[in-house]
Formats: sequence, C-alpha cells, structure tokens
Amino acid sequence: MILSQIHFPTIKNIVVWPNIFGDGWYGFNKIALIAFIAAVVPALIFFIAGRQSRLVPRGVQGFTEGIVSFVENQVAKPGIGTGYEPYLPVLISFFCFIAVGNLFEVIPFFQMPLNARMGAPLVLAIIAYLFFIMVGMKHNGPANYFKMVAFPQGVPKAMYILVTPIELISTFLVRPFSHAIRLFANMLAGHILLVSFGVLCIAVWTLQLVAVLEVLTFPGLIVFTAFEIGVSLIQAFVFSILAAVYIGGALHPAH
Amino acid sequence: MSNFIEVAQQAVELAQNTSESGLTAAEQKSADAATGAGMAYGLAAIGPGIGIGYLVGQAVQAIARQPESAGQVQTVMFLGIAFTEALALLGFVVFIMLKFV
Repeated sequence: MILSQIHFPTIKNIVVWPNIFGDGWYGFNKIALIAFIAAVVPALIFFIAGRQSRLVPRGVQGFTEGIVSFVENQVAKPGIGTGYEPYLPVLISFFCFIAVGNLFEVIPFFQMPLNARMGAPLVLAIIAYLFFIMVGMKHNGPANYFKMVAFPQGVPKAMYILVTPIELISTFLVRPFSHAIRLFANMLAGHILLVSFGVLCIAVWTLQLVAVLEVLTFPGLIVFTAFEIGVSLIQAFVFSILAAVYIGGALHPAH
Repeated sequence: MSNFIEVAQQAVELAQNTSESGLTAAEQKSADAATGAGMAYGLAAIGPGIGIGYLVGQAVQAIARQPESAGQVQTVMFLGIAFTEALALLGFVVFIMLKFV
C-alpha cells in the first residue's frame, strides 16, 4: 500500500521542541533560542549603527535608518497621528523583533517561526495592550479615558445601550486576543504549508513518482518559501501598525 | 508511470473501503472532528475572502485615480486587511483546535 506510506506529521511534531535542561521554567529549547537571537541581533545592529553617526549614512547605519524611516512614515505617522515621536522606539522594537522571529521560518536549520507558538505573540500583544491603556490613562486621566472609550462622542444618547457594551468588550477583552491570534495563526498556517510541501516533496521522491509529481511539488515549495518571506515581513508590519492604531486611539479618543 | 497508476487505483480503493466500513466510536469521533474542522475553516473563509477582494479592489481603484496617494492608501489597505483577515484566522484556529487538540 504505497499511499498509506505518506504520513503528514502531527501538530506536535512540527511545533514542539524538546527542552535541553529539563521541563521547568529553566528549560531552554529551540523557540527560546530563536527568541533570544531575535532580541539580541537587532539590538546589536542598532547599537553598532548608533556608534558611528555620519551625516550621510552608509552601510549598517543606512540600513537601520531605512528601518527607522519606514516605521516612522508607514507605521507611526498614519497610525498615531500628531505626537507620534515618543512611541516610535516601541514600534520599532515590535517590528524588528517580530520580523526577525518570523524570518526564522525560512532560515535553514531553524525553519520554525518564533510566532507559531502562542506564547510569543500573546506576550507581545499583552505588552501592547498594557502600553496603550497606560498611554490613554496618562494622557487623558484614568476616569476620563474610560469614559471616552465607553461613551464615544457624536453618538445619539439612546444608542449608548448598544454602543457601550460593544466598545468596552471589543477594546478591553477581545483586542489583545485578536491582536495575538492574527500573528500566531498566520505564522502557524505558513509553517504548516511549508511542512506539507516539504513532506510531499520527500514522499514523492521516495515513492519514485518523481517524473510525474515532483514538477508540481518542488517548484511549489520554492514559490511558497518566497511567499512566506513576504508574509513574515507583512505580519510584522501589520502587528506594529495595529499597535500604533491602538496607541493613537488611546491618545486621541475622539475619532 | 505504472507506479502512478497503481497509486491512483489504491486511492479509489481507499475511498470505497472507508465509505462502507463500520467505525469504532473513537474513529467516528475523530472523523466528525475532521469534518467539522474542514467545514469550520471553509465557512470562515467565505466572508473574509469576499471582504478582502472588495477591499483590495477599491484600493487599486483609489491608487489608479490618485497615484500620488499610493503610500497612504496602501497603509490603510493593510490595516483593513488585518481586521478582515482576523475572522478567517479565527476559523483557522478553530480548525487547529478541532483537528489536533
């Protein structure tokens, strides 16, 4: 029975990695290693670029200034609006950490996106959630901020029966989960896609159906790898612009 | 090439065997879960599919009318795609939970 030899791996086999030092909080596995690299490498690059401040940027400095101006013009300005400057560093941190963590999806010998485990996006989303609530409370005053969220201006008085519960639930309950799940599900779907094509290529090779099916699966694997590089960067962009929009909504609750 | 025909025959046999054989309770449960998972993702993808198509179409139209505002339109377009896509991704998460958890 040739067909039954094709076993797609279960979800545990493609996202769970063994711990090195045991099962406690000190256990260190591939995901933790990727998270560590994704935090340290951008920090080092920015540190190196910050030491040499030329007027006309070249090399590393040009690269990092490109990232900064991209986040400033495409994320912070449209998302937050006026007064975006103090919140630029946190958005750049989100963008770089998520982009590097996601790109490990296609880097050989790792090939596991950091955000395909729920932990990393959930922590990032909770950071963004606490951050925008604190910004809103600091900028508008705690009571005033909650009043502005619960009772948006320009709504007829009778509609508050409907609008207030919806606004409160969507802002304070659903928002962090949808923010985290958007990143998590995209990366997990991409990872499963690449694993499926990889398994299919190997299966077709070992079943010696090469001439018939390899022409479909192997170019598919290459095309989807390129596609996933794009998805990784777009998801980093989407996560940081949503964080920017939430911060902007807390800063100027009128609109 | 004969190998390929053999595989195709086996696929047909597999389809015939599974449709008529009796299943144990556990097998029936996992089969139901798999059916539900497929239905969940398929149904969840309909609305966002229409929504994203409409959204990107309108964005293309806006850029075609005013090419100088392309950057702004693209940013807002990605924002809208992110909100619309969330529904399909919830369907995908339900799929994962039914199928694997």
